[in-house]
Amino acid sequence: MSVFKDAGHLFRFAGLFVLAFVVFLVVRHFVVPKSFGQYGHYRGAAIGEIAARPVKFAGHEACESCHTDVVDVKKAGKHAHVNCEACHGPQAQHADDPTGVKPPLPDTAVLCARCHTASAAKPKGFPQVVPEDHSTGLPCNTCHKPHNPGMDAGGAK
Amino acid sequence: MNISRRQMLVLLPAAAVAWKSVLAGTPEDAPNYSMSDHWWGMLIDIPKCIGCGNCVRACAAENDVPDGYFRTWVERYHVSDENMTNPEVISPDGGKEGFPVAQEDDRKYFFVPKMCNHCVDSPCTQVCPVGATFVAPDGVVLIDPKYCLGCAYCVQACPYGCRYIHPRKEVADKCTLCYHRIVKGLTTACCEACPTGARQLVDLKNPKDPIHEFLKTHSVQVLKPQMATGAKAFYNGLDGSVR
Repeated sequence: MSVFKDAGHLFRFAGLFVLAFVVFLVVRHFVVPKSFGQYGHYRGAAIGEIAARPVKFAGHEACESCHTDVVDVKKAGKHAHVNCEACHGPQAQHADDPTGVKPPLPDTAVLCARCHTASAAKPKGFPQVVPEDHSTGLPCNTCHKPHNPGMDAGGAK
Repeated sequence: MNISRRQMLVLLPAAAVAWKSVLAGTPEDAPNYSMSDHWWGMLIDIPKCIGCGNCVRACAAENDVPDGYFRTWVERYHVSDENMTNPEVISPDGGKEGFPVAQEDDRKYFFVPKMCNHCVDSPCTQVCPVGATFVAPDGVVLIDPKYCLGCAYCVQACPYGCRYIHPRKEVADKCTLCYHRIVKGLTTACCEACPTGARQLVDLKNPKDPIHEFLKTHSVQVLKPQMATGAKAFYNGLDGSVR
């Protein structure tokens, strides 16, 4: 008994620690998001939030489901593996509302030159021209069909 | 054709699985995405890159990347035989509007598209003090913008320089591998827009993904392998001069 005779102040001190720990647990319960630690040391719900961001490029499958005529033209030529939105830009809005949102036609003089302007830095097998010499600045679709551009492959206009 | 009962037992479930994937239909309606079924990465085929900048523009459009900041960018290397360790590298505005015309000389040219490598042992997630960046169960390194403090430890930690502090949101930002697209069965915006197929989204957990055959038959390298980051951006035809 003599051991605990003057120990009252220690119990009060220990009680304070226990109280602080309980407060810590309560605060932690409200502050830490529910999904924290669901998959690891991060907020699991963040994955769903990131996945819910809006899509701007509809993807070529969406285009091809309506524009079957272009698919047929394209698959015969050298642009068979160039996706629609590589040239036409992001078209998710058009895919969602085909009549309301009409994509503008690209200017072929600018568009084609982005890939096909001759440069020593490009891979040697890639078809390249010097636009000024090749067409004196005329838009490429004066002679070529952009969806099947090869002149010898039925692509000439 | 005679099919035994044993063969039928094998064939029927296989047909059911195949039919299910047919019925999955348009990728927009694919809520059945399961993180544990995928392990995403990227294949970058350097000999196919023409430096058009389509990927950089597509990424900026898809992800609202502010001007002057890049989740992906393209570098043009100009390397001489004598001084391979000191290449001349340019990336005007990240290659967004392409590159100036290059004249033929005695040095070699090539383009190197760069992006987040979605490392398995990513240094950026290890240094985050609050758990705002992480490797998701499908192998994509993501940032939780609500949890990020903007301390920029991760920006310093990334050996590939793929992160930046978003000027308006003031949190770390980088390539999400178009996570909002790949969960819907779409490919990334950069892959969708690449005209030559120089970039391919790959799923290492999908046994039918052509990446397995490609890795088997090509000399493929990752950037800075000595950093042991477990990078999942695989480069075909990567020159030794690339940093």
